[in-house]
Amino acid sequence: MADLALSRPRIRPGTPVAALVLGAAVGAVLLVPLLLPLDQSAVALDRTTLPPSPAHPGGTDDLGRDVLHRSIYGLRVSLLVGVVAAVAAALVGGLIGGLAGLLGGWVDRILMRVIDTISALPHLLLGIFIVAMLRPGLGAVILSIGLTHWLSTARIVRSELLSLRTRPFIDAAIAGGAGRTRILTRHLLPHVLPKIALAVTLMIPHAVWHETSLSFLGLGLPPHLASLGNMINDGQRSLLAGAWWSSIVPGAVIVAVTLAIAALAGRWRDHLDPRVRAELNL
Amino acid sequence: MIKVIGRRLAFALPVLLATSIGMFLLGAASPMDPAKQYAGAAVFTMSEENLAQIRANWGVDDPLYVQYLRWLGNLLHGDLGWSTSRHEMVGDVIAARAGWTLLLIGITLGVVLIGSLVLGTLAAYRRGGLLDRGVRVAAYAVQSMPSFWLALAAIAVFAIGLGWFPAGGLTDVRSTGVDVADVAHHLVLPVAVLAISQAPWFLLFVRDSVAESLREDHVLAARARGLAGRTVLFGHALRTALLPFLTLVGTHLPELVGGSVLVETVFSLPGLGAVSVHAALGSDFPLLAAITLITTAVVLAANLLTDLAYTAADPRVRIDG
Repeated sequence: MADLALSRPRIRPGTPVAALVLGAAVGAVLLVPLLLPLDQSAVALDRTTLPPSPAHPGGTDDLGRDVLHRSIYGLRVSLLVGVVAAVAAALVGGLIGGLAGLLGGWVDRILMRVIDTISALPHLLLGIFIVAMLRPGLGAVILSIGLTHWLSTARIVRSELLSLRTRPFIDAAIAGGAGRTRILTRHLLPHVLPKIALAVTLMIPHAVWHETSLSFLGLGLPPHLASLGNMINDGQRSLLAGAWWSSIVPGAVIVAVTLAIAALAGRWRDHLDPRVRAELNL
Repeated sequence: MIKVIGRRLAFALPVLLATSIGMFLLGAASPMDPAKQYAGAAVFTMSEENLAQIRANWGVDDPLYVQYLRWLGNLLHGDLGWSTSRHEMVGDVIAARAGWTLLLIGITLGVVLIGSLVLGTLAAYRRGGLLDRGVRVAAYAVQSMPSFWLALAAIAVFAIGLGWFPAGGLTDVRSTGVDVADVAHHLVLPVAVLAISQAPWFLLFVRDSVAESLREDHVLAARARGLAGRTVLFGHALRTALLPFLTLVGTHLPELVGGSVLVETVFSLPGLGAVSVHAALGSDFPLLAAITLITTAVVLAANLLTDLAYTAADPRVRIDG
């Protein structure tokens, strides 16, 4: 209910622009490591903190590393973490939402109240806590996102199942003698899966923001690894000395890519059943 | 009313309890040895017996449920434990810093509420107009900007580039006491960044609900009576939209808390956010667990309060479940 207002179509960057940005980003992420591999530990102290130029479109950082080149590697890690974590969160949410939607009754009521209460928890703090106790690293970050971002998928799956249950074709299947497993796998899952897929897509930007936030705080991916959050963190000192690009460029990459993903996912959402739009907001 | 409070608490308390159990289990599963953390660098010169003594004193080797109940009991008694990253009592650390975080969040919330109510209402008045489109494009763009990045961009422009505001801290390095004007000057950038990064959701909500209530019968009637546009807009349309909006503020508090952690870190403000990051880096379970639990309880309580205020203000609303 909290996000009803966001469900209405808003001004979004045009679909072609978003597709172009995302295509370029994915292309760069796939091709650059093949064509221009990055040595994560290499430094070049003869060209430190150079402003953006044709040779270094994103400038260089305080260790002489090319900011744009490292940003592309960072984007690769962030997208990977984002997709894996979004899938993990959707698995947790799908399981709990499925339980609520299939069993209904008091199980559903209790689970939904629990979900409402959990959505009132400060999830960044909980995420920080999870990572801190497990030692920062890839697995801890993914777990932290999976455990804090499953609520929306649970709501979607539950409401979809509740509305499917009352439809005539389910009654027909039951009358035809189909067992529980058959109804679940042949009649319910085909309707729920596209919605889960959309929920995963809408979740990816959120997972990326969570990961970059943790990395920025020094609680995410290992510091020597080129990741967008780490780079923004590293660039802070240069930024205070006037070299804005080493923090601003990796951040701009996050903004462009997450905007593009959100815009495309939003278009997809608008084509789906309008009834579920309200639930699909993340 | 009392029944509503009872039902809300019946869910909030178990969730809080479950959160504390989950946090405790995570802490117990953590590879950190609290005795070694407590000893710090002295661990290299300390004998194994001394370490064993610390462990025995703390009951680290007791069964987990005994440890959990002791921890919970101490928390309820107000004994929050010893911070291993700051080497201070957890209660003292929190008491010294909670005020600054509350100040930051409080001012920001005020700015966001007033700003989004005014801008959102004006945007709704001329739907599709220049202001409306501008507001929505900006809201959409800001939504995808990490707040810490926005903070760094603000520092680059307003602190480094233009030199209007300080880049961080709460008081001038040269000052000896806490001067209100100085603190206010230092808070301008953090509050602005946090407010802007939280504003899109509020702004779009106000815009949409005012736009909707502008089409309602009583607003049309007010217009037909020839009341001034401003009176209709703020006196009738906004008033209808105000109540649901204020209750939803509670549901958005978790985002605000998360944003304040990041903004405090960037601007090195001496609040709870920065200290919890420090605690997290040092795997300081007592401090981090206390901050997370207290924040969770405060946010849950705030949600409960806004819900109750809503029921009290609008008799048509009944909270079920």
